Amino acid sequence: MEGIVALAIGVLTGSGVWLLLRPRTFQVILGLSLISYAVNLFIFTTGGLRTGAAPILEPGTAGSLADYADPTPQALVLTAIVISFATTALFLVVLLAARGLTGTDHVDGRERNQ
Amino acid sequence: MPQTMPDALLPLVVGLPFAAAIVAGFLSTHARGAAALLAGAVAVVDVVLIWVAYPTVAGGGVLLFELEWMPALGLNFVLRMDGFAWLFAGLVAAIGALIVLYARYYMSPEDPVPRFFSFLLAFMGSMTGMVLSGNLIQLAFFWELTSLFSFLLIGYWYHTAQARDGARMALTVTAAGGLCLFAGVLVLGHIVGSYELDRVLASGEHIRAHPLYLTALILILLGALTKSAQFPFHFWLPHAMAAPTPVSAYLHSATLVKAGVFLMARFWPALAGTEAWFWIVGTAGVTTLLIGAYVAIFQHDLKGLLAYSTISHLGLITLLLGLNSEVGLVAAVFHAMNHATFKASLFMAAGIIDHETGTRDIRRLSGLHRFMPFTARLAMVAAAAMAGVPLLNGFLSKEMFFAEALRAPTSHLLIHDLIPVGAVLASAFSVTYSLRFIHGAFFGPDPVDLPRVPREPPSWMRFPVEILVLACIIVGILPAATVGPFLDTAIRSILGEATPQYSLEVWHGLSQPLLMSVVALIGGVALYLALQRHLLKGVEGAPLIRRLDARRIFDRTMVFLSWRLARTLEGVLGTRRLQPQLRLMLCVAALAGLCAVYVRGLGPGNLFPAPPDPALALVWAVGIACAIGAAWKAKFHRLAALILLGVAGLVTCVTFVWFSAPDLALTQLLVEVVTTVLLLLGLRWLPKRFEVGRPPEPRVYTLARHLTDLAIAVIAGVGMAALAFAVMTRTPPELLAQHFLARAYTEGGGTNVVNVILVDFRGFDTLGEITVLGVVALTVFALLRRFRPAADSIELPEQQRDQLAYDAAHPRQTDGETVSDWLLVPSLITRVLFPVIWVIALFLLLRGHDLPGGGFVAGLTAAVALILQYLIGGTRWIEDRLTVQPLRWMGIGLLIATTTGLAAWLFGRPFLTSYFDYLELPLFGTVPLASALFFDIGVFALVIGAATLMLIALAHQSVRGHRVAQASEEGQPTPPPRQAPALAGED
Repeated sequence: MEGIVALAIGVLTGSGVWLLLRPRTFQVILGLSLISYAVNLFIFTTGGLRTGAAPILEPGTAGSLADYADPTPQALVLTAIVISFATTALFLVVLLAARGLTGTDHVDGRERNQ
Repeated sequence: MPQTMPDALLPLVVGLPFAAAIVAGFLSTHARGAAALLAGAVAVVDVVLIWVAYPTVAGGGVLLFELEWMPALGLNFVLRMDGFAWLFAGLVAAIGALIVLYARYYMSPEDPVPRFFSFLLAFMGSMTGMVLSGNLIQLAFFWELTSLFSFLLIGYWYHTAQARDGARMALTVTAAGGLCLFAGVLVLGHIVGSYELDRVLASGEHIRAHPLYLTALILILLGALTKSAQFPFHFWLPHAMAAPTPVSAYLHSATLVKAGVFLMARFWPALAGTEAWFWIVGTAGVTTLLIGAYVAIFQHDLKGLLAYSTISHLGLITLLLGLNSEVGLVAAVFHAMNHATFKASLFMAAGIIDHETGTRDIRRLSGLHRFMPFTARLAMVAAAAMAGVPLLNGFLSKEMFFAEALRAPTSHLLIHDLIPVGAVLASAFSVTYSLRFIHGAFFGPDPVDLPRVPREPPSWMRFPVEILVLACIIVGILPAATVGPFLDTAIRSILGEATPQYSLEVWHGLSQPLLMSVVALIGGVALYLALQRHLLKGVEGAPLIRRLDARRIFDRTMVFLSWRLARTLEGVLGTRRLQPQLRLMLCVAALAGLCAVYVRGLGPGNLFPAPPDPALALVWAVGIACAIGAAWKAKFHRLAALILLGVAGLVTCVTFVWFSAPDLALTQLLVEVVTTVLLLLGLRWLPKRFEVGRPPEPRVYTLARHLTDLAIAVIAGVGMAALAFAVMTRTPPELLAQHFLARAYTEGGGTNVVNVILVDFRGFDTLGEITVLGVVALTVFALLRRFRPAADSIELPEQQRDQLAYDAAHPRQTDGETVSDWLLVPSLITRVLFPVIWVIALFLLLRGHDLPGGGFVAGLTAAVALILQYLIGGTRWIEDRLTVQPLRWMGIGLLIATTTGLAAWLFGRPFLTSYFDYLELPLFGTVPLASALFFDIGVFALVIGAATLMLIALAHQSVRGHRVAQASEEGQPTPPPRQAPALAGED
């Protein structure tokens, strides 16, 4: 089980890094999205992989780690997901503005041979 | 044993000038009188407060004020006043008060005078803070503050290049010295094991025997010598003369340059008494003494002459400190006081001359004593004190200096003989330049061609000079009765039991020092007469060492460092291209990760991995294929890549569900939807790209680059996979988990622990998070308002083109009639769904505290409902029918969240403390009611606002794009031209 998730994180990271190093802005934005999946998954897994133990308590009781998954990484990742959405949006707009200003979608604002 | 007596006096003494500086900064630009009154009042209050402290320090007591700063590190904010600190604090405040009075008349009403007084007060505060610091780090901090405020004061007339350059040079030299001092006190603190001044001063033996002693000594002396303008760092001081004269009078008499001297005397018990101290401090002192005095003779600017004379006198004090004798220390402190009085008055006199005649050039000035007799007499007395004429205070300390020079404690005979010779020579020089100052300015024929007709200044402007000159005379005649006790208090606080016998008498009999004084006086006068012809020629610079210009060396070094070296380094190491930068960054990150693994090791974990579930394996087989596919296709098949990315996101979402994180899955799902819509909206402005075409460079380069990138990507992927596996096969730390799980219901009143963490335990983080979200949304909005989109790269869909062609072909059809029914069925369905989705959103919001849901998820859901309408109905159609005001949503959301937090204050609880209870409602029964719900409502509103603001702003670009296109082309599929309803706040 852990192996699958680790492999998934690895592939997401690898694909993301590859895209991050490409010259076109759209590739970079997809790369960042892939990396954010990987990072979110990674942070999430630091609490351990638990099935059927969602941290939703029985009313009126105090929970314990024996019965429920660790909620801390989940809370961290939840806000991280929202913030990564915001940065993607920001980056997209910067990308479009750069494209409008420079007439190219190269990350440097000009083609390599120019 | 001095008894410590905590006293609230000290923070007042240090704090008042700073507080007044802030007030003065807010006065109106031309409030000269008010600012001067404020500054004067503060200075006088400081003098009184310091005076009140005298009885305590005179009895050998120490005033102490402590505030805990970082108790864990043993660092406290300590103000400490003993006799020595008292003396300097008194000088700073008293001369400060006189300077304020003088500056009130000196500064022109056209200048922004409150700014001047604001800086002056802040400088006074920093200086007082420095002398009263009882902690080494705090001392270094105030030290740097004095550098900073002296920079601002010297550069006060920043419209002149001279002031800017002078200020920058002073800051560069003194602040660099200050950094050395900081490093030095850190080493010193390390040696002693404490940063408390008391501890440091008491551990002199230990410090001097420590192997790091020399390091600490050199670093601290670098700080002191740069500040006190000692050779070879003296060059900044003459250039600082571009400052208004009150600043020069203050900084270069009693305060800034004396800080270095103060520091050396302060650390005397801890650092002095070694060969290294004698050689470094003594050499710097004697060189500065001679060079300063020599160069001063040949200055034509009155202030320049005084500047070099200041350098020379500072050299004298430094030399005295370097002699390693207790009486030398007494003489040094005494001369520091005397120098402060006569030099401040001379600077002020030079300022009066400048103010009343319009020039400070000795070559143009002449015979002024007929026009300003009173000022002339004051200046003559002060200059005589500077020259060391008997019955004035300068004579006394100079006598002590001669006596000490004769007793220099060194085994080298040559040095032993040279020091007295140097002392007499420098003394003769000082007689010469004092004569030049007086004779050049006040005697000779009437001046011709002056910018202004000279006259006496306003009497209040002369008043500070009178006070200081009076002090010179009284101290000069009755030293033991006037300053004797204060000097004694100061010396005792430094030396304690080791205080030597010394005598403050005017007449010591026909002694060797007296003979030296006479020789110096006669020699000085003779030298002045001999140099008359040379000086009248008016040549710039001192003969013999004219080429030795430290300023030029400094300038060249600065040019080299800040320009040539920087450009070379940028050329060699820098690039403006993003890809190499990212490549480098990733490599460094990978390397850092590998180093960590190398150091700590990454052995097998203690948990055995669970057997893989085939279902999840299958899901991830798809996910992995999609991720790789997205990477593969992102260049030429953007839409396909986007879809593949979406699948990878969905698979991530499934993983969250699988491993007990329903909240994450919900959020991920919704974010996925919104992100995809966003990127889809952006696609239309990207240029078309096809897989054909001649490559712009040889294939081999492309291949090499691709292989490198692939290697980096594989390393990153493998590294992350290994790291993730290692983390997952170890028992996770449970500290926080247990804490949150146990308290979520009992103290937070909710069963959904993740939500309780977000809105309650870590509510402050969430508040920050939604603020960031709001800021990003506003940035997107602002960027898009400015941005002109590139031309659309996508044609109309084929179906729409066919429909338009149909309209055109049939005369009964009006243009665009068919196309307005485009996607009729889906749009009807989404319209019906709109309220349904909103109900779901509200449901998710309300149940968030107990079940998966919450403000983030609900907000995104509601935003999706709106976006769907935009997608299907089109921007115009929807905005005709619905007014969305994302900015208001955001504002209200942030307001609700913050108000909920603030409400806790009403109940005397800390910010964002939550409250919950159960409410009995008819029909509904018991309803849980937590204040966290209101916070979540705030989050909800902000997320709706931010998400829709970004998406709508982007959607509007298409409308603007169409508007541009419409002007040139007829027959667009859009409805007849009509002003598009404006987005709230859009232009």
